[in-house]
Amino acid sequence: MTASNKALRAKRILLGGNERRGLLLNIAVYALLIPIAFIFIYPILYMLTTSLMPKEDLLDSYTKWIPSSVYLKNYTDATLTLDYWKSLFKNLQIAILPTIAQTLICSMAGYGFARYKFPLKTMWMGVLLLSFLLPPQLTIMPNYVLFGRLQLTGKIWAFIVPALLGVGFKAALCVLIFYNFHRQIPSSLIEAAEIDGATNLGAYFRIALPLSAPAVVVVVLFSFVWYWNETYLTQVYLGYASSRVGGLTTLMLELGKFQASYESIYSVLEASPNRLNDAIRMAGTMISIVPLLLVYLVLQRQFIESVDKAGITGE
Amino acid sequence: MASKKRARNPHDKHRLSGRRLREWGYGYVFILPWAVGISVFFLYACARSIQYALSDVRLTNGLSITYQGFANFVNIFTTDNTFPVALMSFATGLILRVPIIVAFALIMALLLNSKIRARALFRVVFFLPVIIATGPVMDELTRQGVASVPMVNQATIGALLGTLPQWIGEPIQELFSSLILILWYSGVQILIFIAGLQKVPKDVYEAARIDGASAWESFWKVTLPTVKPMILLNAVYTIVALATSGQNEIITMIYDNMFNSAVRRGYGYAAAMAWAYALVVSAALAVAFLLLRDKSDRKVVYEQRRIVMKGGYYNDGKQ
Repeated sequence: MTASNKALRAKRILLGGNERRGLLLNIAVYALLIPIAFIFIYPILYMLTTSLMPKEDLLDSYTKWIPSSVYLKNYTDATLTLDYWKSLFKNLQIAILPTIAQTLICSMAGYGFARYKFPLKTMWMGVLLLSFLLPPQLTIMPNYVLFGRLQLTGKIWAFIVPALLGVGFKAALCVLIFYNFHRQIPSSLIEAAEIDGATNLGAYFRIALPLSAPAVVVVVLFSFVWYWNETYLTQVYLGYASSRVGGLTTLMLELGKFQASYESIYSVLEASPNRLNDAIRMAGTMISIVPLLLVYLVLQRQFIESVDKAGITGE
Repeated sequence: MASKKRARNPHDKHRLSGRRLREWGYGYVFILPWAVGISVFFLYACARSIQYALSDVRLTNGLSITYQGFANFVNIFTTDNTFPVALMSFATGLILRVPIIVAFALIMALLLNSKIRARALFRVVFFLPVIIATGPVMDELTRQGVASVPMVNQATIGALLGTLPQWIGEPIQELFSSLILILWYSGVQILIFIAGLQKVPKDVYEAARIDGASAWESFWKVTLPTVKPMILLNAVYTIVALATSGQNEIITMIYDNMFNSAVRRGYGYAAAMAWAYALVVSAALAVAFLLLRDKSDRKVVYEQRRIVMKGGYYNDGKQ
């Protein structure tokens, strides 16, 4: 092999040729991706390590990352403060029931918009878009008053009724996802079913709904996450401002008032050894995100492929 | 049942009128629950909220509403010394954050879309915040000071920013101090861009390469025009996400003015705030739309697709 050949090969490996990327570009790509990925999970790593620290470590400026001993009492304290298992159970109610209702109703609405032509359709689509774009703070006050009149405030129905009427949390987005998806299902499939004697509703339940399984997965997963995570509207619907009726709560709401709960459980004097410290707070934060974290790690594929499958980018 | 295509055919117009009526009916059957809900909880509620904003609303056994014109709107801008400031900083925040988030998401999508190892793992990491970044969690993390990028020398940045005028320097300083949380907003956008990038037919790149375009040129001439609709989509998504985020000062103010007995100034006042806020959000959306809407670029993309389709390679099924 001649020298010039060698140089050419070296150049090809470094800078890449027609078919493959060069080594240098590859290195550059990883040099960007790895630090950014680290930055993304840095807060979680910090949360994890801090939550395991005994309080001496928090004060010791030499202990930044590795706890001197694994101190699990932070977690028992945090579990007690959040009233963890009870809150978790209530949180599951608040997340699961509206999710089911929201998915069904939004799916029907999306299908209706995608498949049928009817008068004022453009107007309804416009309203749908507006309800997605405008901040929910606009409607929060009249709805709060209305919920009070209907005696829904503080009950699980305050979440189920709006979801059953297609106006749950981010419902507009769900309708849009279904609309997009159903538009891409060839209408010949539905027509074939109708020729075979299926009614319109039958065609929807037996053909369109099963075919839209990917969109259903997306909407179920995201609705669950939204209902789980939403605190602003949840607070309003639960009537937090007036009185604590019903006793429903979510882990995020409990986390929001962590300090107050902690101080009402443990006697807190300024110098008291049980004073609330960052390690306990981080343990509390950790256990309140763990349920969703587990769901995410198990179903990561479904989450990651969701955007693709929902056809959001389809023309 | 008349399909969309048949209903459009003028010859069927008269023959299908009965069918058409049925189609209308079925359309409404499917959207009915939603239409009822949106009418009550959105349209009617918006109307009521305008009424509140224009009135003095008191909660003395039941609701007493006295019309008082634009007094609330005047008050939120003249007697309140926090709201106008918060609204301004929300607007400047949008101007700084939306381009950063969208550009960052595009770069990440380009990197993740190239042939790399452990692509799935990277995606899991970048999407993670979408699942766990909620108001209370973010609050806790901000309290711990882990919202800023580790190992970035804050003092150096501070000194650099000190040379700028305060009204530019301050928002940028704020940007750095919560950079991680800002980047945390980019999960969905990254996925939208990746989905868009995967729709660019490989043949177009091939054709561009044969015509002698460099990777740089084909990014500007092929990739960017194709993802442009997704840039708009992502900008809109980002604005809406930032506007409803639990970290947002203004929505907390609206809440406090409704419910927090220590500081509240009533439903009317809060409703006026909400409408002023909605106007700012709408203005931001309008600006994003005007800047990013498709003008001639769209034609380029279609032209590319048509050329490739003529060649018979491209089979999208939808076109």
